[in-house]
Amino acid sequence: MLETLGVDSMDRLLVDIPAQLRTSGLSLAPGLSEPETMREIRRLAVANQVFEDRLTFRGGGVYRRFIPSAVGAVISKPEFYTAYTPYQPEASQGWLQSIFEYQTAIAELCGLDVANASLYDGATALAEAAMMAVVQTGRHEILVAGYIHPEYLEVLNCFAQGRGFAVQHHSAAGEGAASPGRVAVSSGTAAVIFQQPNFLGLLEDAPALVELAHSAGALAIACVDPISLAVLAAPGEYGADIAVGEGQQLGLQPSYGGPHVGFIACRGELMRRLPGRLVGEAHDDQGRRGYVLTLTAREQHIRRDKASSNICTNHALCALAATVYLTYMGPPGLRSIAETSFRRAHALAADLACLPGIQAAFPGHLFFNEVPMVVPDSAAVLDRLQRRGILGGLPVGRWFPELENVLIFCCTELNDPDSIGELVEAVK
Amino acid sequence: MGERLYTQTHEWVSLEGNQATIGITDYAQSQLGDVVFVELPKVGAQLQDGDAFGSIESVKSASDLYSPVAGAVVEINGELQKSPESVNKDPYGAGWMVKIELSGAPSVDLLDEAGYTAMTVGNPH
Amino acid sequence: MSEELSFEKSRAGYDGPRLPAPGVPGLSPEQGLPEKLLRACPPRLPRLSEPEVMRHFSRLASMNYSISENFYPLGSCTMKYNPVANEVAAGLSGFAELHPYQPEETVQGALELMWLLGRALCEIVGVDRVSLQPAAGAHGEWTALRMIQAYHQHRGESRTEVLVPDSAHGTNPASAALCGFKVVEVRSGTDGRISLNDLQAKLSANTAALMLTNPNTLGLFEREILEVAAIVHTSGAKLYYDGANLNALMGICRPGDMGFDAVHVNLHKTFTTPHGGGGPGAGPVGVKADLEPFLPRPLIAERDGAFRWDDDRPLSIGRVRSYYGNFGMLVRAYTYIVAMGGDGLRQASLDAVLAANYLRERLVGTLDLPQNGPCQHEFVASARNLGPQGIRALDIAKGLLQRGYYAPTIYFPLIVPEAIMIEPTETESKATLDGFVTALEDIVRMAREDPDRLHHEPDNLPVGRLDEVAAARNPVLRWVPDPDLERSRVGEVVAGASAFGIGSE
Repeated sequence: MLETLGVDSMDRLLVDIPAQLRTSGLSLAPGLSEPETMREIRRLAVANQVFEDRLTFRGGGVYRRFIPSAVGAVISKPEFYTAYTPYQPEASQGWLQSIFEYQTAIAELCGLDVANASLYDGATALAEAAMMAVVQTGRHEILVAGYIHPEYLEVLNCFAQGRGFAVQHHSAAGEGAASPGRVAVSSGTAAVIFQQPNFLGLLEDAPALVELAHSAGALAIACVDPISLAVLAAPGEYGADIAVGEGQQLGLQPSYGGPHVGFIACRGELMRRLPGRLVGEAHDDQGRRGYVLTLTAREQHIRRDKASSNICTNHALCALAATVYLTYMGPPGLRSIAETSFRRAHALAADLACLPGIQAAFPGHLFFNEVPMVVPDSAAVLDRLQRRGILGGLPVGRWFPELENVLIFCCTELNDPDSIGELVEAVK
Repeated sequence: MGERLYTQTHEWVSLEGNQATIGITDYAQSQLGDVVFVELPKVGAQLQDGDAFGSIESVKSASDLYSPVAGAVVEINGELQKSPESVNKDPYGAGWMVKIELSGAPSVDLLDEAGYTAMTVGNPH
Repeated sequence: MSEELSFEKSRAGYDGPRLPAPGVPGLSPEQGLPEKLLRACPPRLPRLSEPEVMRHFSRLASMNYSISENFYPLGSCTMKYNPVANEVAAGLSGFAELHPYQPEETVQGALELMWLLGRALCEIVGVDRVSLQPAAGAHGEWTALRMIQAYHQHRGESRTEVLVPDSAHGTNPASAALCGFKVVEVRSGTDGRISLNDLQAKLSANTAALMLTNPNTLGLFEREILEVAAIVHTSGAKLYYDGANLNALMGICRPGDMGFDAVHVNLHKTFTTPHGGGGPGAGPVGVKADLEPFLPRPLIAERDGAFRWDDDRPLSIGRVRSYYGNFGMLVRAYTYIVAMGGDGLRQASLDAVLAANYLRERLVGTLDLPQNGPCQHEFVASARNLGPQGIRALDIAKGLLQRGYYAPTIYFPLIVPEAIMIEPTETESKATLDGFVTALEDIVRMAREDPDRLHHEPDNLPVGRLDEVAAARNPVLRWVPDPDLERSRVGEVVAGASAFGIGSE
């Protein structure tokens, strides 16, 4: 190739780089063969302790769930995972159609009109929804009601400080769930945000919070658990304008927190405020149906500093996992998973409450599949469980001082009745 | 309608009494290509001279729309919601965008037909 | 070839996979929760068996172009081959099955991997510390600008403008605007490089940062980068490096040495994590010492070979996403770096520059090449020489699809008319590049002899050119059921649900 170029060395191609910037190489170890590489990688992998899925009772936004083998088989097809963003529709119909199916499935789950092609995670999806509300209403204050995921709140604050809008948090300290009567909406409120079920696992009075938002002319943003939507009212059913959430539970491994997928859905009027990619139906000159990236004029590569967001990628491969998961599970499968999780969490809560010194943190509060329990000494309890290979409930005192010694226990369809027995036995 | 005047940002404005009708020029629509969406303000919105009152999108580009006059929006062309192609087909007629009740004198920087034509010829982008 | 939507294939009566029964006493959700909290109408999701699901997605897979199949000449996107070992590494249960809220002592291997990856990235780009949290390049850009914003605010300075060259990626101005900055464009000179005069003119006490990529989007090294850095730093502003084009530089020179204060890196470009049809990627951000206090939290801290999360960072901008970043992508990138080593990474960049220059030379006389060579890892051609035949960059792109290649990036950078931006990467052989040249020569021949035929390409793919104008004027963004069919289907599902429950096992 150098010959074609008529040069005798690579240096001739690097002439534009000032000599004082040129380095002779990197202070990194030399390259390795594949077996040697994998030996180093395995060394790191085995230095971690993997808790069995059935013995993991910890959620907090990331959950162990049954992942049908079909999901892994599809997302590990190189035709999907090594493809680029589908800018050339004629050569990307597989990707575009699967995203169109994803958008439909998410809109259906949320009971709303449209969904985008996915975002990074639940936290950034929430921040993007808040920014949509600020633009849509021309107002500059976001109200957050009740116990939402503390990391989501932190991300929302980080976006708000950059963009220049205020975030007011009405915590529900001591009460478990938000009291709509105490959340002070005003004519400056762009949106009311709540999480259903909330971070503690408790159910909020979502319809009342939506009504409160609308009474002030603000939007209502629901941050939801997608599995729970097989049983719990859909955001669209109680009038929410935007729904967001984390899609990890729809066929993705925990992977120490990522990559996962954020979803966002909204009412039709807000469609053009959606951030990121959207896929729409189109036809060619022979009338054949196909799919294209559409409404792209909202996006950064066209609008530049006036774009609805700076989002460039979506999390397509993770969204594909969610699509395969929802397609295979179907409504009955999803409902079965949700109901089993609900029943087992309630059985666990009842069993734990029979033990001396342990009780529900918020007795009488409704929950879905995570439940906050007060234990005598949370560190000692978790230690005992860990020695038996059990990842116990999530301690939340580090975020909420009022909840010291509260553990949030989570159940999914993988926590079989025997595992619940083992947990209760170990807590004793 | 009164005489059409033009802005540097390719809007046209036609004044009749105290009311201004605004759209984008034939040159602007030809540069944008097929218009797919026009975002317009709500009736009643108050605008200052030079404010963005909306935006216009084609498949591959988007531009803000700027008002060359100050005042209140009294009417918008709702038909553009259904048929944005009117902006391409008839930019000075069916493609009009907003009507504004003036609250002061229009901008002094407006160009007449000859001035605008000279500008677009000199600036082919 | 076409494939019905899964929703259209759905058939009544199919109940999904066999799933565990609850197996515990207690109430169902309907019995335990008030009606206002319950879903009234089930989601209308497809109902398909496993073979139907697998066939549906296998057929869709066959309608995609991918790097595993052939060459992607996409400029600015660094579509290099994705080693399969990366996938094996990320799939190890010791990584994939870790919960983000496990105790630190149970995830020492994960923390060590992130620590080592951070150190390697610091060495490659020449900065002091890295955050692995950002999920994508644009996210990394925004994170860096938030830090620069916080840095100026901490010093009591209100700097509200960010300078961006007219050749920049669209994410640059969008990320700046998302931080509330006013974007000020800096013009390129006639040689395609940033104009120092215009930079001087646009810089002020109000400038927070200049965002730059080097090599720039024309594939040209900014020769005067040290002067640029001096000018920017003298005004008190920071210099930000858009890492999109890092693949030209590994082991050759470092953004940190050029004077950049903050750098983002696209692991899905330079470090071979797969693009996944548009993500997930990862966009770590590295900074020099004076910006370090503002990095997102938590950061990994090491002492005596033990690792922990350090959350006690009072000046931090906070979190930019949940948990710690796209960990699975970090595992893949680290695997690549270990396999390549310092020597291999340098060779990769040299090979990328060689491939781009070779391809550029081979295209002389076929396409218009507005900039003088040599280029770095990519170059920009233009289709304007075919304007008289009514052929545009889009037609060249579609002609390549017809001939089994993906299309280059077109109409970018904005400062070149009819731009065709080509980046071959180091993982393509000479034979592949020669085949691509032959295809382009064939297209240009057809453009001259029979332009109308070219306008109708591609005609050998599942669909021809789609009407994007109609799609945008009347957006259909989801499947909607036929209302008549719907009534019966919903009835069925509801009936199924009430009869469902434990009995289905």
